[in-house]
This record gives sequence, C-alpha cells and structure tokens, in this order.
Amino acid sequence: MTDTMKQTPLNAVHKALGARMVPFGGWEMPVQYAGVIEEHLAVRERAGLFDVSHMGEVEVSGPEALALVQRLTTNDAARLVDGQIQYSALCYPDGGVVDDVTLYRSSATHFLFCVNASNTDKDFAWMQQVHAESGIKGATLTNRSAEFAQLALQGPAAAEILGRLTSGPLTSIRYYHFSQGEVAGVPTLISRTGYTGEDGFELYIPASAAVGMWNRLLEAGRADGLMPIGLGARDTLRLEKGYALYGHELSSTISPLEAGLGWIVKLDKGDFVGRDALLKQKAAGLPRRLVGLAMEERGIPREGYPVYAGEKQVGAVTSGTMSPSLKNGIALALIESPCAVLDKELLVGIRDRKLRAKIVKPPFVKK
Amino acid sequence: MEFPEEFKYTEEHEWVQVEGDLVIVGITDFAQDALGDVVFVELPEVGTEVTAGKAFGVVESVKAVSDVYAPVSGTVEEINEELPDAPEVINTSPYGDGWMIKIRISDPTELEELMDATEYQAHIAEEH
Repeated sequence: MTDTMKQTPLNAVHKALGARMVPFGGWEMPVQYAGVIEEHLAVRERAGLFDVSHMGEVEVSGPEALALVQRLTTNDAARLVDGQIQYSALCYPDGGVVDDVTLYRSSATHFLFCVNASNTDKDFAWMQQVHAESGIKGATLTNRSAEFAQLALQGPAAAEILGRLTSGPLTSIRYYHFSQGEVAGVPTLISRTGYTGEDGFELYIPASAAVGMWNRLLEAGRADGLMPIGLGARDTLRLEKGYALYGHELSSTISPLEAGLGWIVKLDKGDFVGRDALLKQKAAGLPRRLVGLAMEERGIPREGYPVYAGEKQVGAVTSGTMSPSLKNGIALALIESPCAVLDKELLVGIRDRKLRAKIVKPPFVKK
Repeated sequence: MEFPEEFKYTEEHEWVQVEGDLVIVGITDFAQDALGDVVFVELPEVGTEVTAGKAFGVVESVKAVSDVYAPVSGTVEEINEELPDAPEVINTSPYGDGWMIKIRISDPTELEELMDATEYQAHIAEEH
C-alpha cells in the first residue's frame, strides 16, 4: 500500500520528527507527533503547524471565470471582492455534495478553489464536465494541486509568529481574506483561514519551498511553544467547532441544507448545478438535519453509532470524539428533523448500551 | 519500550502477572503506544466470569476503540476503580497503576499457553 500512496513534499520531515504516518484519502500523512491531546491543546492555547499540502487547488481564469464559478457553486461568488475568500459547495443535480470548498478571488478574471485532498481528481473532472455542458467559452480550468504546498499555522500566537517572517502588516489581512506576499523570502499566498476555529493562516507556497518554510516557521515559533500537528488533532479541533468534514457530514447523499449549511446556499443568485433539487428540498421540508450532541453519560460517540429517541432509531453519528478541551464525548449526528430540537435528550448506542446525550448548538467549544 | 521479564503476554497485547491463583491483567507498553492517548476505559463488574480469548473490557483512544481480551478464564476478583476517572494512567504506567483487572484463575494450565517476554517481543517484531 505504502508505495502507491501519494506523499507531500514534507513526508521525510514528518518521519524525521517521529510522526506516526497513516493513509488518508490516498495520501501518506502524519496522524500525530507528540500525541493528539497535547497537539490539540497546543493549538487552542498557543500555536500549531499543519502540513495540508494534500489539499487540492484548481484555478479558474478568463473573462467568463465568474460565470463558470457561479454555475459550479452554491454560494454567491458575485459578492466577493479581490482578496476575499468564500466557503462554498459544489453540488450534483440532485443536491448531493461533490465537495465543500474555499473559493479565492484574486481578480474578476481569476479565481482559485481549494478542495479536499481525496476529492481533487473527482472535483476537477466534475468541474470540467459542468464547464463543457455549460457552453461557457471564456473560462479555463487548471488543476494546480501539484504545484502548491500548503501549511496551516493556527492558534492564538499564529499572527505573532508569522509576523517575524513577513515584512507586510498581517493585521490588514482580515478573516477570510488573503494577500500575496513573502514569508521567509518565499512568494506566498497568505490566507487568514483555517479549520481549527482559532486565529491563523493557511500559506500557499511553491512545493519546492515547503521544507524550508516548515523549518523556518517551527524555528520562529519555538519560544511560543509552536508544535507540529497531525491529522488526529486536526479532526478533534474541527469537530469541537462543529465544522463539517466531507465524507462524514457532507457527501453525495447529504445535501448542504441537511448539513446545516443553508448559509452557503444562495438559491436566489441565479441558476447553478443542484439549485432545482435544493429548492424542492427546501419547499418540501428537510427529512433530516445535522445536530450537535453532547454526552451526558461517560462514553465516546463514534461515526456510525445509532441515535435513538426512546426505543426508536432516529439517525446516526456522522463524527464523534472525546473533546480534548471539554473532556467529554461530543458528536455531530444526522437525525430525523422532528427530533432536531435544541436541548432534547437522545440516546447514543455505544456497544450494548444506550447512553444519554443532549442536542446542543455547535460550536461545542466557544471562544 | 519495556517488557518485564516476570510477566506473561498474549498475542492481543495483554500482560499477566501471576500471584498464586490470582492474575493481574493490563495492556502492554506496545499496545498503549499503538493506541495513543487513552481517554476511556470500560471494565467488567467484580464477580463477572471471563473466558480466555474473549473480550472483557474496552480501551478507547481519541481515534480508536480497542477490545481487551481475557488471557485466562476465571472470575473477576477486583477491578482498578481509578481507571475510569484517569484512563491516561494506561499510557503513563501500563504495568503499574494502569493495571485493569484481577482474575481468579479457573484453569491454571491456561497460563502455559501464554508467551514469555522474549516470545512476545518476537511476536511484535513479526506482526509489525
């Protein structure tokens, strides 16, 4: 298996740091270095550095770039200004999700999608298909995933650490905005985004600069307690904030409306792939909804565990973990809409027991 | 990684310390390291009958759920009542404060089926 897996430019660096490597979406990635809990708390309290070079990047350029982007996505890209980022989704005609994405607008004729690693090839093929069927001539799609490495620097100390390696002011880059600059002498797309719920940056750099940048950042943050962070903590950090992960809360059979992402579905923006199905879903009422569950008895909810209202199964856990911040079991679960009521008590089937849990509104961990 | 010479071991990575007709059972240093941060432990009640090779409890890390198997058959004489409140002790002291249960053995010949420290280390090397 190992020799058929894709590797990021930092693969050898992770191994030298003693990371435990695992297969993830076709990539060999670090799941932990020091330990999931220690890494998780470092990001909440100080700062952490993630290799997210496995993420895919697809460029849309040309005079009709915006028209193609609008056709492909559920959110309204016309609202973006240069240097702004938008969370969005690509849908199938039936309203199921191809992928959730972040969309960067460099200019009116130049956009960049950041897509999930394991979906990159599927997404690019889908974009090409939609492009071909749209008849839009003045736009070009380019899969630039192999050119980019991507590092995420996250946590309350992130801005201070990054500031030591940049000349430009970082305070001018607001949340969900980006700037083209230099970090440690390397041309970098500096994006104030992340998947942890903390302040921080995602840095898009040439793949050849990844090792140097990684080491410079770790060195610059050493005194602040900056640590390398694996996929284990990346998952617990996002789950504490209630962020969806494709393949769990979103999939080809779960619509963005069901996943609670109605705020990125702009049904009045004009036509886009999936719009008719989503309009119908909204009019008919959603059969299922995603909710947050906080365990009220000791136990850890896991993906696939059944959720009950009394004796009746009303859904299943999509992601669950022990929250390192709360030291309590938390989960996202897709359940029948009539049961999706805040503070309602449900039961999670954990092995041969049914344990009490309460519906709460994510994020589980507030600021 | 340590594997005390005086202990016996199972293929499923439990250790056994024999004290007369009682055995103390826990998971090995190798097992705790492979699991990562242990955050949940489920133990049987005192008096439960356990069977060699059958699961008697569960250890969960942040990422994984793992059954723990009885190395020998018998009756659960005592459980480590501290563990549910401090499961991380399994990481910090797998052979000491991280012990899980004491079993009163029903068939002492089952002990002969277990591995010694040298055999267990060879087993790990072979498996991984």
